[in-house]
Amino acid sequence: MKIVVCVKYVPDTATKIKIAPGGKEIDLADVQFVVNPYDEFAVEEALKLKEKLGGEVIVVGAGAEAATAGLRTCLAMGADTAILVRDPSLEKADSFILGTVLARVCRNLNPDLILFGKHAIGVDNGQVPAVVAEQLGFPQASVVTKLDIQDKTFRAERDIEGAHEIVEGSLPAVITAQKGLNVPRYASLKGIMAAKKKQIAIQELASLGLTADDLKPRVSVEQMSLPPTRPPGKILRGDVSEVVPQLVKLLHEEAKVI
Amino acid sequence: MTQGILVFIEEREGKVKKTSLEALYAARKLADELKESVVALRVGTGEPSANLAHYGADKIMSAQHGLLSAYSTEGYCATVVQAAQKVQPRFILGSASAMGRDLLPRVAARLGVGLAQDCIEAHIVEGQQLECIRPMFAGKAFARVRLLTAPAMATLRPNVFSLGAADASRSAEQEAFAPELKPDQIHAFVKEIHVSAGQKIELTEANIIVSGGRGMKGPENFPIVAELAEALGGAMGASRAAVDAGWIDHQHQVGQTGKTVSPTLYVACGISGAIQHLAGMSSSKYIVAINKDPEAPIFNVADYGIVGDLFTVLPALTQEVKKLKSS
Repeated sequence: MKIVVCVKYVPDTATKIKIAPGGKEIDLADVQFVVNPYDEFAVEEALKLKEKLGGEVIVVGAGAEAATAGLRTCLAMGADTAILVRDPSLEKADSFILGTVLARVCRNLNPDLILFGKHAIGVDNGQVPAVVAEQLGFPQASVVTKLDIQDKTFRAERDIEGAHEIVEGSLPAVITAQKGLNVPRYASLKGIMAAKKKQIAIQELASLGLTADDLKPRVSVEQMSLPPTRPPGKILRGDVSEVVPQLVKLLHEEAKVI
Repeated sequence: MTQGILVFIEEREGKVKKTSLEALYAARKLADELKESVVALRVGTGEPSANLAHYGADKIMSAQHGLLSAYSTEGYCATVVQAAQKVQPRFILGSASAMGRDLLPRVAARLGVGLAQDCIEAHIVEGQQLECIRPMFAGKAFARVRLLTAPAMATLRPNVFSLGAADASRSAEQEAFAPELKPDQIHAFVKEIHVSAGQKIELTEANIIVSGGRGMKGPENFPIVAELAEALGGAMGASRAAVDAGWIDHQHQVGQTGKTVSPTLYVACGISGAIQHLAGMSSSKYIVAINKDPEAPIFNVADYGIVGDLFTVLPALTQEVKKLKSS
């Protein structure tokens, strides 16, 4: 079974966000980057499937040279090989462009299964997997917390409002991972050593043969801003028998929310 | 000619979702500005459970096909795409619900157009272009994005766009719509739906959320959070610390690697307010913090707070709320 996992290298969740001069992007100076946490679930699932069914796990990224560090982490977890479509322009590319690039790479690999995290934290868009699935003509199941693969079919459990639904379909397919799917392993020392010897194949964007229309932005960021700061609150201290009725009164009469 | 707004209406168990009505109502306001029409597209036969005309639809297209009896991303995608080809809308809108977030990216991909996901505002600029505000970094930043394509697409975050009163004087043209679908175009279907035990109200749709964090000290104490949530008619949430400790299921997690929520009232109990948690709930209208540490960062975003021991405060609060509700 050939499994491709698409991986993004993103600012850590503990990052304090600052806006860069110009007001259109995040200031990335001093920002720590990590493998997108949802992508770790995808990598783990791929490794478990490989352990069970045999085959290979290929991690694919798109972005600047620095993204190789994220791919290296996935190799240390146990992925077999890695491919980076290297082009700094991809760091700011919209979902359609990124999806088109990844779909092109995936098509050449002819996989049985393509895994993603449910979305990349930061951009929080969750569109790239659908672009890949659409361009390859694959079914998709998104936000998946349980996955079973049998022969040429999959059965996936996905979170919906107040329920979960079971999606069944044929392979090849695109599946996006949600927390709860598994517990990602840490790279072992042996894995980290082995990853140093593994090759990360670099593909230049220009070599993919994409057209100007493929690479034309569909969405542009006009401005980035920080959320408005909230006014200072009313913090109550003292005896429970006093502060609790006080709070309920405030919520009922001032905020009018209960 | 490109004109008007197409809104995808989601129905679950025969009921129109409130978040779809929010999207419809938002579309009406945009269409009024453009002096254009709103077409509501739904899947199903019979009358919808809500009168879509009253919430802003000028026309209601009811898509019917044997292959649409269960949800499939591909079948629904083909339906929306074919409706869009017929209507030629300027914008396509829907709710950023689980279905909307699965379906509309696929539609955007098939049409090759731009989509802004999970928007908290939508505006018309320069006469007829769509510009949206969407949270990034789970709400630690906001991006104002311009859609550069026709049609332009957006999904709207649940609970954020206000739902105005139904206007009973409005009426809509009805159209039965038969998309062309073939079995070999659809490779996966929803086979079963299991309603989650316990949580009756979905976090992302809840008006009131009560969450517990590390200060709950263990799984055995979560019932006092659940009891307050129930007294308030809300849902129960949790911080990553509580989920990672195995005290409560991940479905309840609020934050950057959990759910992003925008309730009217968010009550944080024993949650210090790590940046990744704040990211997931800071767009709540009112935030209440209950924590014994007066220095906890959660108090910086709280509208109201109690510095105290949650094990005495929460049960007392539940009693007080019950007293209020019964009076």
